[in-house]
Amino acid sequence: MPAAPSASPGTSSSAFWFGMRTAATSVFAFVIVFTYIGYGALAHDYGLSVGWAALSTALQWAGPAQVILVTGLGAGTSLVELAVAVSLSSVRLLPIVVALLPLVKREDSRPWQLVIPAHFMAVSVWVEAMRHAPGLPREQRIPFCNGVGLALMLMGTVATAAGYYLQSVLPAIFGAAAMFITPISFLTSTARNARLLLEKAALALGLAIGPVLAFSRVEFDLLWTGIIGGTLAYGVHRLWRKRSAAP
Amino acid sequence: MTSGFEAYLVLILVGFLPSEVWRWLGVALGRGLDEQSEIILWVRGVATALVAGVVARIVMIPPGALAAVPLSVRIAAIACGFLGFLLIRRSAFAGVLVGEAVLIAGATAFSV
Repeated sequence: MPAAPSASPGTSSSAFWFGMRTAATSVFAFVIVFTYIGYGALAHDYGLSVGWAALSTALQWAGPAQVILVTGLGAGTSLVELAVAVSLSSVRLLPIVVALLPLVKREDSRPWQLVIPAHFMAVSVWVEAMRHAPGLPREQRIPFCNGVGLALMLMGTVATAAGYYLQSVLPAIFGAAAMFITPISFLTSTARNARLLLEKAALALGLAIGPVLAFSRVEFDLLWTGIIGGTLAYGVHRLWRKRSAAP
Repeated sequence: MTSGFEAYLVLILVGFLPSEVWRWLGVALGRGLDEQSEIILWVRGVATALVAGVVARIVMIPPGALAAVPLSVRIAAIACGFLGFLLIRRSAFAGVLVGEAVLIAGATAFSV
């Protein structure tokens, strides 16, 4: 585990390197490599090329969406249906980018300067950014995020190619284990980051509401899980704040 | 669908754009918000609940190879992983290792 950034680096290039080092020592270095070895092997199973598989990691940078695309193409799902499924599985990217930006942007940040860190944004990068950025001077936060994002993305892309060529030697259980690392790492890392009651409540509510909506075949179940769980958690936070402010 | 121009076009149109559009929308909506605003607290709640929803969905309705592992094993693995996280110095890495160990042991016991 990286120590809290007490000795903060001075320039934006040192903030970028600090981001890369943070990524290298993060639990997500292990998670991303494991996940994308599994993904590379899956792409091989479904007859895609190694170049396609590696590029899909750099471009999509969203594990569940990538698995949906590859398996959907293999099953011959219609492309429109597939685009909708890919998009719905990636809805989480919207609130994580919205929640991160006010923390890292500067007064003079242009939209194109924010599109690059936004492209790197995934739950892994978000968790590390939300954890370390508040301890850095504001002008170093975007380079820091870019460092974390680029390092993890490079690891993911190389691991995809490695998994592609390792496909024949990987044990049968590897694919299942690689897919399971996404939920277990999302759960433990967001729980670790949840300091506010708001975040703890949102985590618990999302875990409770998610399966109910998914099993009742509600359309856009993930989106509704976020909105309902997040709004209830915000309500809990308001109530708690009001109560603790009362004499 | 092996390689060639068509496969890359599909990657851009069906893979990249449908995911990336959320990031662009996030930039458009997040740019003007203040770090201390009330709405950003709400968004943080939504983001956290959504990530939890992704966790629940993959465990309950898993994709691909994970579906071959029995539901009871998947639930036991996620619960033990979380317990491992809580008991071992709140380390995310410890939680991941415990969860994976239980998943692999359970799946092997059920000879997946």
